[in-house]
Amino acid sequence: MNVTVLAKFVPNPTGTPALGPDNLLIRDAGDGALDPGDEYGLELALQLVEAGGGEVTVVSMGPAEALAAVQRGLAMGAHRGVLVTDAALRGADVLVTARVLAAAVARTEHDLVIAGVESTDGYTGTMPATLAELLGVAAVTAVRKLEPDGDGFRAERQTESGYDVLTAPRPALITVTAGATDPRYPSLKGIMAAKSKPVETLSVADLGVADATPTQTVAGVTDAAAKAGGEIVTGEDAVVRIADLLADAKVI
Amino acid sequence: MGATWVYAEVTPDGVHPSALELLTKARSLGGDVAAVALGPGATDAAGDLGAHGATIVYTSDDQTFADQPGRPAAHTLHSLIGQHMPSLILFPGTYEGRDVAGCLQALTGSTLMANATDVESAQRARAEIFGGTKIVEVDLAGPEPRLVLVRPKSFGAEPAGGTAEIVAVDAVTPPGPTATIVERHAEPASGPKLGEANVVIAGGRGLGGPEPFAMLADLAAAIGGAAVGASRAAVDAGWVPYAYQVGQTGKTVKPQVYIAAGISGALQHVVGMKGAKRIVAINKDADAPILKIADLGVVGDLFQIVPALTEEVRRRTSS
Repeated sequence: MNVTVLAKFVPNPTGTPALGPDNLLIRDAGDGALDPGDEYGLELALQLVEAGGGEVTVVSMGPAEALAAVQRGLAMGAHRGVLVTDAALRGADVLVTARVLAAAVARTEHDLVIAGVESTDGYTGTMPATLAELLGVAAVTAVRKLEPDGDGFRAERQTESGYDVLTAPRPALITVTAGATDPRYPSLKGIMAAKSKPVETLSVADLGVADATPTQTVAGVTDAAAKAGGEIVTGEDAVVRIADLLADAKVI
Repeated sequence: MGATWVYAEVTPDGVHPSALELLTKARSLGGDVAAVALGPGATDAAGDLGAHGATIVYTSDDQTFADQPGRPAAHTLHSLIGQHMPSLILFPGTYEGRDVAGCLQALTGSTLMANATDVESAQRARAEIFGGTKIVEVDLAGPEPRLVLVRPKSFGAEPAGGTAEIVAVDAVTPPGPTATIVERHAEPASGPKLGEANVVIAGGRGLGGPEPFAMLADLAAAIGGAAVGASRAAVDAGWVPYAYQVGQTGKTVKPQVYIAAGISGALQHVVGMKGAKRIVAINKDADAPILKIADLGVVGDLFQIVPALTEEVRRRTSS
């Protein structure tokens, strides 16, 4: 089974995000990384091919620095990488992103496409459903467990009240929840091996995507009303103070 | 402007409360307001939807919508759009809302904005970024209808007292492969629902494991009417089920009092709870970001403070 995994390069997930003068998120500050939310799906992909054979392809779209996200995937054990990078994609919205990724994923050998539930920078969470429809494959989002099942897949999907079990034919697209797997750390050997694995770099023209004009633009950014700083307490009266607050709120 | 539609998500428990919030907003925008409710129980929901501002409710009780997430609803919406051409469709920011809107975007080629916290028109919506510290005004362009996913609880639901015309629609069977639900499992929940409780006590990474959540449950029981929640870190670690999660990915809560125990205050979490009337944070790290948004921040050991607080609450409520 061949698996294509989408890997997003995001600004340092533990750092403080910032906007540039054009109101776009600064994505090339040098401290970016593979979105931690994508590592769970990458781990699942590696486990599937380790058990059943096949190869894992990592696909990313982003600035030139996004090569780091592809390389992280290769260091974890993926076999090949694809990076779509093009100045025309700066400020791309979710529709443009889905169209570009659909063209890039269509070029890969895949029985399964895996993405994160949502990115750690944008939290949009809709791109994979759009991508699946553009690719014409079945989609299961918010998957916490997946196994091959005959000619297709059997997946457990997180719901608000528990989980559902779904079946989907091949090829399929899934989004994987954080915590679904325990992502491995790249070994030194993996990091060294990644350097000689094939990475294809593509432009919008290479993919034949006609229109990369975003349908959403930022008209302005303002600071939200700052919340007045609360009181900080330590020591023994903390318990009494919390109880007073509960009483004041009339909940006890 | 042209008509605004609301995608009213139908769940096994009835229509999702977000539909009534979105209708309340939609009727303030001017123009006609309609709702689309698809799945078993949809027609029963039409009365509520009409009372909140929908003048037309397009409904189908077809089981397909419950059995196949996303695609049948998106294709049916696409067919309705072709007949009636609304300008704007509002969706709830739930898993189902994301699936339907995402699929629909592929069919219409129209813009899809997620995480909106306010909507001005079919040309302009608003979102909060960086944990709600900044507000972004977004211009929407491209073919109508514009699609906007709105964060739950962004608006209050207020009935307007109207009645909707019910228009029955046929389910459109999407071409090509579709995933199918073959089993449903509900994870048992006790106590009040997280989204409805007056008091929410949430635990994070600082709890260190699943067992200390019992301590939070004791406090919740002492207070009464309180629910236990968790940060994504605690859910990802497998300490409590996803149903407990408060935050961007989980539930949005607006209780009277929110008590965050051992939660650092990642942006992911803050957007789900910053609407609480009063926030109490207990953290051993004086630099934890959660303390900056807390009305009362306690720097200390939650393993001592929480049980002591439970005792104090019991003492006060028993007298």
